[in-house]
Amino acid sequence: MKYIDEFHNPELARRLLDEIHSTVTRPWALMEVCGGQTHTIIRHGIDQLLPEQVELIHGPGCPVCVTPLEVIDKALEIASRPDVVFCSFGDMLRVPGTGRDLFQVRSEGGDVRVVYSPLDALRIAQQNPDKQVVFFGIGFETTAPPNAMTVYQARRLGIRNFSLLVSHVRVPPAIEAIMRSPSCRVQAFLAAGHVCSVMGTGEYPELAGRYRVPIVVTGFEPLDILEGVRRTVLQLERGEHTVDNAYPRAVRAEGNPAAKAMLEDVFEVTDRAWRGIGVIPQSGWRLSSRYREFDAEHRFSVTGIRTLEPAACRSGEVLQGLLKPHECEAFGTACTPRSPLGATMVSSEGACAAYYLYRRLDVAPARMEASPVG
Amino acid sequence: MCLAVPGRVLEIEERDGTRMASVDFGGVVKDVCLEYLPDLQVGEYAIVHVGFALQRLDEESALRTLELFADLGMLQEEFGDPWALAAEAQGHSWSDEDGAPQEARQ
Repeated sequence: MKYIDEFHNPELARRLLDEIHSTVTRPWALMEVCGGQTHTIIRHGIDQLLPEQVELIHGPGCPVCVTPLEVIDKALEIASRPDVVFCSFGDMLRVPGTGRDLFQVRSEGGDVRVVYSPLDALRIAQQNPDKQVVFFGIGFETTAPPNAMTVYQARRLGIRNFSLLVSHVRVPPAIEAIMRSPSCRVQAFLAAGHVCSVMGTGEYPELAGRYRVPIVVTGFEPLDILEGVRRTVLQLERGEHTVDNAYPRAVRAEGNPAAKAMLEDVFEVTDRAWRGIGVIPQSGWRLSSRYREFDAEHRFSVTGIRTLEPAACRSGEVLQGLLKPHECEAFGTACTPRSPLGATMVSSEGACAAYYLYRRLDVAPARMEASPVG
Repeated sequence: MCLAVPGRVLEIEERDGTRMASVDFGGVVKDVCLEYLPDLQVGEYAIVHVGFALQRLDEESALRTLELFADLGMLQEEFGDPWALAAEAQGHSWSDEDGAPQEARQ
């Protein structure tokens, strides 16, 4: 057992694996939605410890990866303006737009700054009244409430030189899009724990029922993943399809009501394009009409920018679980973290980066090597 | 950035009409907004994402998760110098002469 000794509690991991092995009678395909979960799985070799019949498919849960190319191009356009301070989270710096990235914009003289929190961008706006300060608002349901609060605070404090370039996305419509795809192989979902910390579990029962698919809310530690898989496989074997919370220490059914209320005030649901996938109906947020004055797309008139994605990058298939990273011809050759073709390789949370980082280019032989338990 | 990291509340203050806290993430201390968990108290742990406390967490789970994230190098990604990380990923070294703006130095 090459990997199990690295677990925080190897004995408990062994027991969970034992139970999974003794429960499984036929092949099942599970999708872990969150990029953080993908990293735990690959880093700890969890996919190799599971029975061969249990396949983990990597989902679209990396916010950096799914931000569309045209939004990156809008960011680059705005960040290049001399009167703009462009603020972003650090992991957006190297996401390729058409021909360049934010890192290069800064080297060409653009005032690009990295912030830890969107509130830091608001402070920069207060300190630089002669500049336009723009914050790059990407992310899932975990990130949208902090960004919503920042816009709310900007209005409350009367800060006029602040705006948000918004590209927020929602998980449930993505799950629905995956289930509706004719080539879908996913039979159950490990839902993203921290998204559910905010949103709760209320959006999932309807999806689980309509598509007859178990949805198990799962955390990020190796044992969390094993427990999520155990509960999912149990449901699949019994023919059940309910919503189950395997991460109760961080997820309550109601989520965070204050955060949800702020989301509803500041944002409204809209159709949103996902990189490599295309437009998914009702899958995103934009600023509601009450806050439209804080919308950077309108303030800087970049609404007209339209961009086509390069054909060589197959990250859209990776994001939908249709292709494993190492099955892509460009993987590790034309496409590496140093010279990425697409976002799934450039983002540290992307599935391609996880495969590259942990050198798992030989998944098939490794799988044969890994004996089940003990 | 999609990570949410557990931290312990060190002190709480009102700033610009907003409830803010100093939060310790295994040695790195950051300002955190408590508006979404207004009854969080000094000494308690919470899951924090991009400077906002989003959900309470018990101490044992918090410490275990912090240990895991440190082992995986994720705390470095979250709190390290993002310009240096980006330069390194691109194959360049990064020094003070490159003149990273102060805001980038976390």
